[in-house]
Amino acid sequence: MTAVTAATTGTTGAPGVSDTAVAAEQAAYEAVFDAAVAADERIEPRDWMPEAYRASLVRQIAQHAHSEIIGMQPEANWITRAPSLRRKAILMAKVQDEAGHGLYLYSAAETLGTSRDELLDKLHSGRQKYSSIFNYPTLTWADVGAIGWLVDGAAITNQVPLCRCSYGPYARAMVRVCKEESFHQRQGYEALLALSNGTEAQHAMAQDAVNRWWWPSLMMFGPPDDESTHTAQAMAWKIKRHTNDELRQRFVDIAVPQAEALGLTLPDPDLRWNEERGHYDFGPIDWTEFWAVLKGNGPCNDQRLSKRRQAHEDGAWVREAAAAYAEKHTGQHGEGQA
Amino acid sequence: MTTDGWPLWEVFVRSRRGLSHTHAGSLHAPDAEMALRNARDLYTRRSEGVSIWVVPSTAITASSPDEKDPFFEPAADKPYRHPTFYEIPEGVKHL
Repeated sequence: MTAVTAATTGTTGAPGVSDTAVAAEQAAYEAVFDAAVAADERIEPRDWMPEAYRASLVRQIAQHAHSEIIGMQPEANWITRAPSLRRKAILMAKVQDEAGHGLYLYSAAETLGTSRDELLDKLHSGRQKYSSIFNYPTLTWADVGAIGWLVDGAAITNQVPLCRCSYGPYARAMVRVCKEESFHQRQGYEALLALSNGTEAQHAMAQDAVNRWWWPSLMMFGPPDDESTHTAQAMAWKIKRHTNDELRQRFVDIAVPQAEALGLTLPDPDLRWNEERGHYDFGPIDWTEFWAVLKGNGPCNDQRLSKRRQAHEDGAWVREAAAAYAEKHTGQHGEGQA
Repeated sequence: MTTDGWPLWEVFVRSRRGLSHTHAGSLHAPDAEMALRNARDLYTRRSEGVSIWVVPSTAITASSPDEKDPFFEPAADKPYRHPTFYEIPEGVKHL
């Protein structure tokens, strides 16, 4: 996302330079970095940054990018069976957006010196994760609506603060993503509303989808604050601006009145307004389910990954043909390695 | 076959006539024509542009990595280049 991709600067222990000189240089770079973060300035790709900051960003952006492209699968499942041409066109546009979001994010990760192929490799071999939510199946058409409303709604709650992330390319990618996500959420809400106001069977279908997607959507915000390994450091670096629990609460507060307007209920008997806190209280989340799905034991983990691998392999001939064509006509292939 | 061998292209989009092209992002593509087509699909799905430039990243020469370096310093001590530097008596108009 920047004109010039990552090049690490500084910290070059050139031969003959004493260790203390290197350490002093390192400390000076670190001071500049810390001051920029403290002043709410953005870090750009060619700035010096702590290796742990770089690694943390790569991990988070990669997981985010993988989630976007894996997330295409559960919804694409319904493209051929969308109930009308209008819904079909909308769903295709949405799934295409998810591919685009993946590409913005892979580009952002590349500015940190990690190639897209390397990241895809790690996804395909299970060494990097994607959001657990996509390991749940889309059983009915109403699931498409529930995903748009709840899953994209939770994603937006997570992503809006990321537009102010300290790393420039990630923040810029998120601005673009957030603009587009708003359509995703509204189309889902509208689809659910149509079902909710429809026949008894359609209403029941919408309610069933919401019942199944509610809790996994709350889990999307990640483990509770006292069990989140990355949150404290990510907040100190201003990669994250709010804790998992803060964002989860914000989402619940937004979703409850939206559910009421839909004429649907949320599957939580403990859900009620707490006057004192000024927030909705909600019941305990089943974290054993969360960890089980994360570890690969969700309903669709194997299916999602194997389909992704297959799509990549099936596309190999297209990539080869494009490269061969480019080489033949312009001799351009291979120039300008990232 | 990977896409790693595909060059990186920087994408610049003119959002409407009368405005200059602005950097929108980057992408990989085997050649310029594919880069343009991919850029259209990736950066102008909602009519964000009327014109696109794609430039091989390697063709860009950038100033030094540290954006605060002395390269830009000569401009810092010349406030007299700004109109607000000058004091004009109150009531004088159109100045």
